[in-house]
Amino acid sequence: MTGPSCRQALTPFFLAALLITGAQLAATAAHREFYLTQLILCAYYACVVLGLTFLVGYAGQISLAHGAFFAIGGYATAVLTTTPLRNSTEPWVAWLERAHWLARRPGLYGGEILTVSPWAAFLAGLLVACLAAVLIGLPALRLRGHYLAMATLGFGLIVYRLLLGSAFAGAADGITGVPPLRLGGWLEISGRASVRVRNYYFAWGFALLTLALLRNLLVSRIGLALRAIHDNESAAQAMGVPIGRVKLQAFVLSAAIAAAAGSLLTHTNGGLGPSEASAMKSVRYVALVAAGGMASLWGALAVSSILNFFSLRGWFGTLDHAVFGALLIAIVAFAPGGFGFIWRGVGLQRRLFRPRKKRLDDDPRNP
Amino acid sequence: MTILETHNLRHTFGGLVALDGVSFRVQPGRIKAIIGPNGAGKTTLFNIIAGVYRPTGGSVRFRGADITGRSPDAVCRMGISRTFQNLRVFGRMTVLENVMLARHAHGRAGFTACALRLPRCRREERAAREHARQRLADLGLDPLADEPVHSLSFGQRRMVELARALAVEPTLLLLDEPASGLNTRESADLASRIRAICDGGVTVLLVEHDMTLVMDLADEVLALHHGKPLAEGPPSAVRNHPEVVSVYLGGDFDLATSAQSALRLRQP
Repeated sequence: MTGPSCRQALTPFFLAALLITGAQLAATAAHREFYLTQLILCAYYACVVLGLTFLVGYAGQISLAHGAFFAIGGYATAVLTTTPLRNSTEPWVAWLERAHWLARRPGLYGGEILTVSPWAAFLAGLLVACLAAVLIGLPALRLRGHYLAMATLGFGLIVYRLLLGSAFAGAADGITGVPPLRLGGWLEISGRASVRVRNYYFAWGFALLTLALLRNLLVSRIGLALRAIHDNESAAQAMGVPIGRVKLQAFVLSAAIAAAAGSLLTHTNGGLGPSEASAMKSVRYVALVAAGGMASLWGALAVSSILNFFSLRGWFGTLDHAVFGALLIAIVAFAPGGFGFIWRGVGLQRRLFRPRKKRLDDDPRNP
Repeated sequence: MTILETHNLRHTFGGLVALDGVSFRVQPGRIKAIIGPNGAGKTTLFNIIAGVYRPTGGSVRFRGADITGRSPDAVCRMGISRTFQNLRVFGRMTVLENVMLARHAHGRAGFTACALRLPRCRREERAAREHARQRLADLGLDPLADEPVHSLSFGQRRMVELARALAVEPTLLLLDEPASGLNTRESADLASRIRAICDGGVTVLLVEHDMTLVMDLADEVLALHHGKPLAEGPPSAVRNHPEVVSVYLGGDFDLATSAQSALRLRQP
């Protein structure tokens, strides 16, 4: 709360915007615009990591179900927008359509199919993720320690197995053919090459907006309460912080961000598979939070974008999961501060992002 | 008018009886001290008042309302603030942030208002910062405001904890061994601060081992032994109470009588 002034807080946003624009211009100029597709996915994955950084790095609550929350958002979108409603004569279907919750589009084999509209599906995904987070969080967050980690690990495995075993979710194949999500007249969230650049800016705008909102929360009384809970739960409670409620709200927010990112990524990819819900994905997100420096939103954004880009480009080959597992071990063993040590090594952070700190040698009690 | 009243409190940990039949009252604007040897149940009593434990039996009333078994945060919001025997400051936060946290209950801005930094959120933040700075200034901590608490000395951390407890604007302040770990000068400094806090209208209930501090400071003393009240009254009466003396200085009564005079000698 004694943090940097407004100008200092905005500097990294300007730098990020420059970098994002620069990357797009370079990719277009080099006729490598297909790189942007991976960068769009990176932005959505980065949102998940940002939400998790808020929860793990600041509030000190570990979640191993963020892959599952991401998949809940994604699958809600995929299932609801691709499952045709056959009994379109039923009154509830007509009611939903009048309320603009349904959408008609041309079917693959001619004719017209009626499904839930992408916006309604997006909201449904958010709602289901929030409900699931409340149901896990209510019992787990009452207790101190790593109960949330255990509960969320179990929940993640259940979601993964359910998706893998459910015909309506496409079982091991997942779902394809998800229609675009339209945002006004000029933008549709889809994988079409013609809207790639727009989608690129939308995705990164979404990531930066997520970061900005989380940063605002962190410098506010809520952020202070979360950091205090992380530091000493009983003292925070003794000072009037309703710890159970604040922790639950933070967990639900973090889950909702993951679900929103999952839904948007599903529209971008046109589908998704059950591997998104796997425990390996959840561990990967935690590894990226750690690599980003645990309690650093910008670190999380930078590290997750870079590593996910390499991963999505296939650089790690069949060792993909192993790389992220090894990363987590290496970070814990050698650099608990995350990749920030490189950053600090070149002195960039100090000059650009840290407010100048005044030296204080005088102790008021020993003049 | 009684500000705090416990009635027949009893608390057991498994088979161990920590408190048994403890009833006492605290009058507003006074300093009351709870003394007793280690294991007498002083901290247990504090934890029950502060809502950390639900007592096995009995009740706690604060300003007429029954607060038995309420959660610590609810008790704090009612106007009871505390410090801890083994310091519980937020080491990774700055001094100012530590004190600002105690203003949490005075704010209303929720997740949405804070994420969007709505004017309400900023206004509350500004008010909290100003209040916290004032509390720090009161205790002479303002030059340390932006220091992380883990870099401070033990005595300074105690003062930060005190500033944090005061930032709640409590009606009743619970101090759990505030002088432990402090040197003589720091301890004397603390005594005058506690007196000033009380003069400012805050009722103080403290647990203390340092007998000089207790005798100087307290308007009333309650002595506990094995979870039972032993003596209650003004410091001079409790100090001379034969059972208190024997508990503090050994069971032998003859020895105790001589110790009693020794205790008297310590008074200025």
